[in-house]
Amino acid sequence: MARTHITAVVNGDETEFLTEDGTSLLNALRDEVGLTGAKEGCGTGDCGTCSVMIDGKVTTSCLVFAPEAQGATILTVEGLADSGQLHPLQQCFLEGAALQCGICTPGFLIAAKALLDKNPDPTETEIRYALAGNLCRCTGYDKIVRAVQEAAREMRGQ
Amino acid sequence: MAIIEENPGYKWVGTRPIRPDGLEKVTGKAQFGADLMLPGMLFGKVVRSPHAHARIVSIDTAAAEAMVGVKAVITGSDFPDLAANGAHASDIDVANNAIAREKVLYEGHVVAAVAATTREQAEAAAKAVEVTYEILPHVLTVDEAMAEGAPLLHEGMITKGVDPAPEEPSNIASKILHERGDLDQGFGEADVVVEREFTTKPVHQGYIEPHAAVADANTDGRAHIWCSSQGHFQMRAYSATVLGVSPGTLKVTAAEIGGGFGGKTVIYLEPLAVRLSQRAGRPVKLVMDRDEVFRATGPTSGTRIRVKMGVSKDGKITAAEVWMAYEAGAYSGSPVGAAGMTAIACYDIPNFVVEGYDVVCNKPRVAAYRAPGAPMAAFAVESVLDELARDIGMDPIDIRLANAAVEGTQASYGPKFPRIGFVETLEAIKDHPNYTAELGPNQGRGVAAGFWFNAGMMSSATVHINENGTATVVTGSPDIGGSRQSMALMAAEELGISYESIKAVVADTETVGFNDVTGGSRVTLATGAAVVDACRLIVEDLRARAAKTWDVEVDQVEWVDGQAQHVDGSQPPLSLGDLAAKSGRTGGPISANASLNSRGVGAGFSTQLCDVEVDPETGVTRVVRYLTAQDAGRAISPDYVEGQMQGGVVQGIGWALNEEYIHDQDGVMENPSFLDYRIPVASDLPMIDCAIVEVPNPAHPYGVRGVGEVGIVPPMAAVGNAINDAIDVRMTDLPMSPVRILEALTEQRD
Amino acid sequence: MFAGATDVVPQLRAGRSAPEVLVDLKKIEELVSIAKDDDKWRVGAATPTANLTGDEAFSEEFPGLSEAAGLIGSDQIQNRSSLGGNLCNGSPAADSVPAMVVNGVRAVIAGPNGTRVLDVAEVVTGPGQTSLDMDEFIVEFEIDRMPERSGDAYLRMIPRTEMDIAVVGAGARVTLAEDGSIEEAIVALGAVAPTVVRVPQAESALIGNTVDDDTLSAVAEAASGVCNPIDDKRGTVAYRKQVAGVLAKRAVLIAIERAEQRNGTK
Repeated sequence: MARTHITAVVNGDETEFLTEDGTSLLNALRDEVGLTGAKEGCGTGDCGTCSVMIDGKVTTSCLVFAPEAQGATILTVEGLADSGQLHPLQQCFLEGAALQCGICTPGFLIAAKALLDKNPDPTETEIRYALAGNLCRCTGYDKIVRAVQEAAREMRGQ
Repeated sequence: MAIIEENPGYKWVGTRPIRPDGLEKVTGKAQFGADLMLPGMLFGKVVRSPHAHARIVSIDTAAAEAMVGVKAVITGSDFPDLAANGAHASDIDVANNAIAREKVLYEGHVVAAVAATTREQAEAAAKAVEVTYEILPHVLTVDEAMAEGAPLLHEGMITKGVDPAPEEPSNIASKILHERGDLDQGFGEADVVVEREFTTKPVHQGYIEPHAAVADANTDGRAHIWCSSQGHFQMRAYSATVLGVSPGTLKVTAAEIGGGFGGKTVIYLEPLAVRLSQRAGRPVKLVMDRDEVFRATGPTSGTRIRVKMGVSKDGKITAAEVWMAYEAGAYSGSPVGAAGMTAIACYDIPNFVVEGYDVVCNKPRVAAYRAPGAPMAAFAVESVLDELARDIGMDPIDIRLANAAVEGTQASYGPKFPRIGFVETLEAIKDHPNYTAELGPNQGRGVAAGFWFNAGMMSSATVHINENGTATVVTGSPDIGGSRQSMALMAAEELGISYESIKAVVADTETVGFNDVTGGSRVTLATGAAVVDACRLIVEDLRARAAKTWDVEVDQVEWVDGQAQHVDGSQPPLSLGDLAAKSGRTGGPISANASLNSRGVGAGFSTQLCDVEVDPETGVTRVVRYLTAQDAGRAISPDYVEGQMQGGVVQGIGWALNEEYIHDQDGVMENPSFLDYRIPVASDLPMIDCAIVEVPNPAHPYGVRGVGEVGIVPPMAAVGNAINDAIDVRMTDLPMSPVRILEALTEQRD
Repeated sequence: MFAGATDVVPQLRAGRSAPEVLVDLKKIEELVSIAKDDDKWRVGAATPTANLTGDEAFSEEFPGLSEAAGLIGSDQIQNRSSLGGNLCNGSPAADSVPAMVVNGVRAVIAGPNGTRVLDVAEVVTGPGQTSLDMDEFIVEFEIDRMPERSGDAYLRMIPRTEMDIAVVGAGARVTLAEDGSIEEAIVALGAVAPTVVRVPQAESALIGNTVDDDTLSAVAEAASGVCNPIDDKRGTVAYRKQVAGVLAKRAVLIAIERAEQRNGTK
């Protein structure tokens, strides 16, 4: 069966790729576009490791069909830094030791960005609930939450 | 941070810089096991048994082989029969676990594998492999496996460690025993005796990255394997065993690893990927999906444990009796041995018997999980100790202080303890404000302690000095927790140059000497020691080169803050950069190698404090405050020491409250997903407060003790003791889920 | 037909369904919009629940239904999940359904023979089963404006704080009379029977009365009594019955508090 041709804006660049209709956006991004930052941890939307932003909304790309990306604007972790300048979240994760093995980090960065886009001054509880869809097995979440708090402070100019 | 001995003015050790691999991990560039793409690469898919115990009658691969895009199909017959070749029993088990031969021993056991051009084709081909089974009766728990007349997994299994050896085979692989003193006398001297029986369920390490391997085999039998693992030398060794080849024919590159916790110290996909690649003549990528990770990779043991302890009214433990049965899964090798060594190791007890059994059952073969065997035993022992403390009206820290092992105590498992920091961790808890923080309604507080011996084992390191005086530190220990940073910090300290001028890398099996696994909390200790040794060799070399340059004796040269200095200052100093630039004139490139079998291990202790809130109408339990105190010896990298402490605690909290393997009566796992295998999420937890205690390990150049594991040992008892404090119910079965807590509360009311 | 596909994809992967054609409903304007008329709200069946919970006016008027919709998974899932998907997946534990039932929500269904309107309670007929024909789909949900002195609530029991399927779900809606007694009451339970169930005896214990310990006990007992749950990997029969009573009580109390607040009587 012929594959479908998709055009989308990925990390600011117009991008084209081919895909089977039933393929997930996650696999299309990883296998066809070559962006392996988003990972598969479960394939069922339970771990958040595949989180990307589609038209400004964070979602688990393992549950999105690749053809849905037609005409959409997609952001992955590879698009967070701006011309080599790290996003405050990336910097704060590094400085705050908010990653150990790092497999969950791309997903957390995108989910945290989505939170701060909506709510620039979240409480600890709001941060924890906003990130409840991202599993981490290494850190116990403590340093991740602190890194998000620190990034939020920086982004508010404090 | 509670510092017991003053930091002797380290410049780099003990600081909190950014780790070398961090940038790649926050930008998505880091390559994990499933990220590698090679030209012409095929996708693999594994075929697994749907039955817990069955004989394989036949496998028909014809239909699968004929499908579009399918390039290879393999079964057990594509691998050497190690039993026939007279191999070691443990090697035979590894080989049979990798792919079944005559029998399948658990749901999920590998039966066949395929490789095809696309994922979809591989999945379709896997479904088309026809396997005929003769279903056999199965056993799922230690109770079922040890029962009279239980169906056997291995016909010839005679229990080891029993004298005289049993005449009949059973599912009990071995027995362990530690004894001291006179148990009856000891219990006779007690004023209070408590006896309890506990059960725990198998739990999974829960790493977020599923197993993944890419193999690229050549026609000459050589193959290159990329995989995320906790020890690529170990992956090479096991893969070579299963494939029946010399380890030298396999090159293994360590991909970044997305969590292991012991579960990636063993092989699953690697030999399958190599064989598929050989048959297909193209690279093959094999990745597990989450379902497969749960069904077919080692969880840790479910257990039944009985503990009886007696104390005098002034809090001295007079006797302890521990009986344990640990599930090994399909092949022998549960961590009951380590459990036996650690169960009462925190305490100086004059009379004890610790007895344990390694029991096989029709579940996936267990794999190491962070301080393997110790957490379950600690749940039991620390719960009983809590009950004893209450019965005599003694503070839980005080009763542990009264019995704590100290330097010179003969450990329950044999050797005399050198300098250790258990008492210091107890005091750190007691001195912390959390100990007296106010508790609200339906809240309770619990204390528990734990011990892990930590491993030493073998490591190699090479240090190269670049022509401008910067350095590369090469080791073979996959970095699962930030160890590259610790290596760079120690090298910076030894060489006297900045942390930023050092690059720490993990090399493949062809470019660095042998390294044992990244596990046992040993990398900072043992691989670090190899790095330190290599750096000290370099410093000796640099002094010699400076001496040659100045035409003086080498004892006239000191190495201070990254420079060679003449003892009487009669020469301008030579920096590492100066010496490196001129290295051709003083003997050639500057590098050194060190390999060792570490003997400087330091035991790890942790004491933890947990506050919970229990909803008495639903049994829902939340951790509201948590403090962990752990003796790190010397925290080379405090950020990452805290990270290990916090991570271990949260895994323990999950184990305590919600995690468990649920099997139906056919031995099929019912919850192989993160939806129903419930690890803690961010909103479940408070901040995890840490008190790093430093009682330096006298046998390590920097005083390091392993920190990765002991943190997971106390939490289940800490949580259970807190629940008891909140609702006056003693939970003895894990997990302490809301259903079980409400049942216990309802029984108590009636 | 799918909206967020958050149930469809896992089912496809597990081989539990294998449709030949998948139709994405999200490009149809009516299916993804939220409109407030004078007499009712209209919520497109494929509207992401994050849009619903993010709609301040809707959430202020129907806090129970808004919260229930907001419990369907993580923030990531919330940008995809929908009331239509949550209902038509037919899970007995679906979080939005008890809250929809107590609020008398109606489903507007389109098919080759035109449109028809059905009470949400009539849509799901069993686990994974709906009364829709193969070629029908829900276009939007109609929710009559919340009357004076009325309030709704939804509570669920899960073992963690997020990311779990409800072990028990309880929805409640009350309308108070001028004297503060309960004029109307609807109580519905999820995850304790093959479909969402009303608790008529709880409702009759409440109507005409003010709430006190006795009424609440009657509510709890009725809720436990109406359950027909199963033992499964998430909970036991006994547990579900017991907790259904607890949550029904608590949900009723919240609904009453909200009803009092809506009229400024509190």
